[in-house]
Amino acid sequence: MFFTVAAFLLIVIVIFQIAKASEYVSVLKGEEQSFQQSNKVNGALMIVFLILGLIGVYWCNKLLYPKSTLVEGSASIEGEQVDHLFWITLILTGIVFFATQILLFWFAFRYQYKENKKAYYFPHNNTMEIIWTSVPTIVLLILIVYGLRSWFLFTGDAPKNAMQVEVTGHQFGWIFRYPGDDGVFGKKYFKDIDPANSNSLGLIWKDNAALKQKADPASFDDIITGTLYLVKDKPVELLINSQDVIHDVGLPQFRMKMDAVPGTPTRLWFTPKYTTEEMKKITGNPNYTYELACDQLCGNGHYSMRAVIEVVTQQEYDVIMAKQKPAYFTAFPDKDPAASQQPAATDSTAAPAAATAAVVRTARDTAALALR
Amino acid sequence: MNNEAVIQTGAATLHVAGDHGEAHHHKQSFITKYIFSQDHKTIGKQFLITGIIWACIGGFMSVLFRLQLGFPDTSFPWLSTVIGHWAKDGHITPEAFYSLTTIHGTVMIFFVLTGGLSGTFANFLIPLQVGARDMASPLMNMLSYWFFFTASVIMLSSFFIQTGPFAGGWTAYPPLSALGDASPGSQTGMDLWLASLILFVVSQLLAGLNYISTVLNMRTKGMSMMRMPLSTWGVFLQAILGVLSFPVLFSGFILLIFDRHFGTSFYLSDIYINGVGALPHEGGNAILYQHLFWFLGHPEVYIVILPAMGIVSEVMSTNGRKPIFGYSAMVMSMFAIVALAFLVWAHHMFVTGMNPFLGSIFVLLTLLIAVPSAIKVFNWLTTLWKGNLRFTPAMLFAIGFVSVFISGGLTGIYMGNSAIDIHIHDTYFIIAHFHLVMGVAAFFGMFCGVYHWFPKMYSRHMNNTLGYIHFWITLIGAYLIFWPMHYEGMAGMPRRYYDYSTWESFKQFAELNKFISICVIITFAAQFLFLFNFFHSIFKGRKLTVKNPWKSNALEWTTPIHVGHGNWPGEIPEVHRWPYDYSKDGHDFIPQTVPVGEEDNPVYTAAAFTGVGVEEDAPAKA
Repeated sequence: MFFTVAAFLLIVIVIFQIAKASEYVSVLKGEEQSFQQSNKVNGALMIVFLILGLIGVYWCNKLLYPKSTLVEGSASIEGEQVDHLFWITLILTGIVFFATQILLFWFAFRYQYKENKKAYYFPHNNTMEIIWTSVPTIVLLILIVYGLRSWFLFTGDAPKNAMQVEVTGHQFGWIFRYPGDDGVFGKKYFKDIDPANSNSLGLIWKDNAALKQKADPASFDDIITGTLYLVKDKPVELLINSQDVIHDVGLPQFRMKMDAVPGTPTRLWFTPKYTTEEMKKITGNPNYTYELACDQLCGNGHYSMRAVIEVVTQQEYDVIMAKQKPAYFTAFPDKDPAASQQPAATDSTAAPAAATAAVVRTARDTAALALR
Repeated sequence: MNNEAVIQTGAATLHVAGDHGEAHHHKQSFITKYIFSQDHKTIGKQFLITGIIWACIGGFMSVLFRLQLGFPDTSFPWLSTVIGHWAKDGHITPEAFYSLTTIHGTVMIFFVLTGGLSGTFANFLIPLQVGARDMASPLMNMLSYWFFFTASVIMLSSFFIQTGPFAGGWTAYPPLSALGDASPGSQTGMDLWLASLILFVVSQLLAGLNYISTVLNMRTKGMSMMRMPLSTWGVFLQAILGVLSFPVLFSGFILLIFDRHFGTSFYLSDIYINGVGALPHEGGNAILYQHLFWFLGHPEVYIVILPAMGIVSEVMSTNGRKPIFGYSAMVMSMFAIVALAFLVWAHHMFVTGMNPFLGSIFVLLTLLIAVPSAIKVFNWLTTLWKGNLRFTPAMLFAIGFVSVFISGGLTGIYMGNSAIDIHIHDTYFIIAHFHLVMGVAAFFGMFCGVYHWFPKMYSRHMNNTLGYIHFWITLIGAYLIFWPMHYEGMAGMPRRYYDYSTWESFKQFAELNKFISICVIITFAAQFLFLFNFFHSIFKGRKLTVKNPWKSNALEWTTPIHVGHGNWPGEIPEVHRWPYDYSKDGHDFIPQTVPVGEEDNPVYTAAAFTGVGVEEDAPAKA
C-alpha cells in the first residue's frame, strides 16, 4: 500500500516536471515551433492508437469470446432467433464501426497541421448528406422488420401444448408452483401469505370471512418447489409474480427475461433445447448449471437471488413430480392421505442440489435481514 | 423581416441598458462578485467547479465499488479507516455497495453531466456567443445555481445519516424506493434523495427558461438563428428538452412522496414484505413510475449529449481550420433528436410486460433516432477530411468524443431492437453502452470545452503537455474499462451485482473484473492531471496575451482578454456571417464581425476584428 502511494506520487511529480519543462522549452524555442512538434507527436499517436486499438479488439475477442455464451449458442429454440439477430446486427454495425474508426484516426493523422497547407473549404454537399441519411435509414428499417418478427413471436401466446409454471419473486429468492394433478393453479391472495404456516404464496386454503374468501380446492394439489424443473423440447410458459418489489426473471442461457412486478402478473414462454446433462457434455463443464438470475435491482440481497433450473426429459420429470408432496399437506399433515400409511416421500433426484441451494438461500436471507 | 427588425431594436435597447448597468457594477463587494454573482460567466464557473467536485466524488465512488467487483475475496483494511462501518473487515458491505452505485449514477448524470456540463457551458457561452450583455434574467440564473448548490448539499448530507444514502439505483423504481422496509436506504436516505432532486429540477427549469429566452430574444444585430455557433445550438436545444421533460419527472417524484408518506397507492399494490407482513396498498401500478421517470430519463441522455455535440462541432471546426460540414444538417439533426427523444422512452421498459404492439412502435422510433446521430458522425468525419488539424488538448478530446460516440452509439442498435434487448437488458452490455455513449462521450465533450474556453474563463492558458497526457491515458483507459464489458453482457451477466463468485454462469469473468478494476484505478488517478492543471492554471497558468488564441471566428473571442460584467466594453459588435468561415477565399479565418463582401481586404478584417489599438495577430493571408 505504502509503495503504491509512493510510486504514484513519484509518477505524478515526474509528469508535472515534464509538463513544466515543456512549457519553458516552448517559451525558449518559440511557441509556434514547439506547437508544431507536439502536433506531430499527437498526429503519430493517432495512427498508433488506431493500430494498437485494432489489435486490441482482435485480442480481446480471442480471449473473451469463448467465455460468452454465444459459443454453445442459445439453450432455447426461440433464443436462437436472438442469437441470429445479434449476429446480423454485429456484422452490420461491425462494418460501420471499423470504417468510421479507421477513417477518423486516419484523417486525424493524414490531415494534421502543416505550416504551408490550407484546409479545403467544404461547407456542405447535398448528395453526400442525402446518401448518409437514407442508407442508415434503410438498413435500420430492415433490422426493425427482422427484430419485430421475433419480438411478436416471443411476446405472443404460448403454444397450446405448453406446460405452465408460476414463478414468484420475493426478497431474496424464487418460489416455483406447479398446478399439480388437476392442471389448475389454485387462487391466491397476498394477504393470505403466511410463511410461518407453510403458506409462502398466500394460497386460499381456508374460508376467511374477514377477507370474504372461500377455500379453493384447486390449490390443494399445487406443488411448490425451490428448483425450476423444465422438460426438454416442451414449451413452458412462466406466469410471473412478485410479492414485494420489482424483480426480474433473467434466463441468460435461454435468452429470455421478464420483470416480476407486484400486483401486475407478467408471462414469458420458451422451449428448452438441451437437458442440463446434455449441456454439461456440450460445454465440457461438469458443473454447468442453468441459473435464474434476478435482473432488476431489488435490495441489498439482489446479487444472491439465484435459483437453479433443471432441464430434464419427460420421464425424469414425471418421476420428480410424482415424488413431490403438495404444499397443502405440508401445512395440514393430518389431511395427507399418504402420511397415515408411510413417511412422506422425499425428492431423491433433486434433493441434494435443492437442499443445498435452499440452505444457502436461507443463510443469505438471514444474513440480509441481519444487515438491515 | 419586420419581426427581425423589432427583435433587433429590442436588443439594441437592452444593450443600452446593459451599458448603463455596467457602470454600476464596478462597486461590487467580494460576495456579490464571486458568491452571489449574477454575472453569467461567474455562474458558469460556479457550475463548473461544483461539477468538478461532484465528478471527483462520483469517480471515487466508482473506484470503491470497483474494488469490490474486482477483488471480492481481498480484504482492504484501509477501507475501514476511510469509510468506517461501510466496510466490514476490509470488505465493502452490500448496502454500502448499492449506495455507492446509486449515488454514483445519480450525481454523475444529474450533477456532473447536466449541472456541470450544460450548466457550465450554457451559462458561459450563450451570452458571449449570441452577443448579449448577460442572461435574460440574471437573478433567475443566480437562483438556478443556488438551487443546484442546495440540492448538492442535501445529497451529500445523506451520506451522514444512520440508515445511509438511497441504495435502490439511480432510477429509483418503486416499490423498492417507496418502502423503507424493503431496504434501509429507502428510509431517510430516499427522502433526502427526493428533496435533492426536486430542488435540482427547479434549478434546471429556472436555468432552462433563461437559456431559451436569452437565445430567442437577446441575440445581437445580425445574429440570426442560423448564424449561431453549434455550441449555442446544443445548449439551446438541451434547454428545450429539459424544460419539457423535467416537470414530468417532478410529478413522478411528487406521487412517490405521496406513496411514501401519505398512504396513497399510485405505485403500490399487493405487497407482502418478509418480516413485516402484507401492506394495505391495492390497485396501484409500479410501472406507471417507470413511464414518468423515463419520459425525463431518456431525454436526459440527450440533455447530456447535445451540449457535448455542440462543443465538439465548434472546437473541431476551429482547430481543423475548416467549416463544420453540413451546418444546417447538424442543426436539423439536433432538432430531430429533440423531437424523437420524447418518443422513445419506453425502450427502457421492453421487459416490463408492456403491450407488444406498443413496444414495436418504440422499437421503430428508437432505431430511427440513430439516423440523426449517424448524420452527425459522418459530418464530423467530413469536417476532418482535408482539414489542417491543430491538435490542441481540446481538439484531441473532440476526436476522442467522436470515437467513443461511435463505439457506444452502435451498440444502441442492439438494445433498441427489443428482441435482442430481452437478452442483454440490465446486463453489462448496457453498462458498456451508456458509459461509452453518454458517460465517457459527455465527459470528453466537457473536457473539450474546458480546455478550449479556459483562456476565456480565466485569461490564462492550461498546460498543454499535461492535457495531452491526460487525453491519451483517459481515451485508452475508457476503452480498456468498457470494451470488455460487452462480452460480459453477451453472457447475460447482470448489472448491479455485489458479488458474482457464487454464480456458475458468470464467475468465469473474475479475472476480467479484476483487470477492469485496475484500469479504473489508473484512469481515475490520471484525472488528477486534469484537476491539478485546472486549479493550478487558474492562478499560475501562462497568461493570455492575445484576445483570440485559437484564431476562432466566434463572437466570444472579440471580448477583451479580461472580460468584465457586460462582456463588451463598448457597443456589442454586429454580426455579418456564420461562424465557420475558415480557410475561405485564401483567409485562414474570417470572424463573424467582418461584413460580407469585404473579406478580401485583410487590413479591414484585422481592424474590424481586433478593435482599435489592441495587440492582436491579424488573420493570416495565405
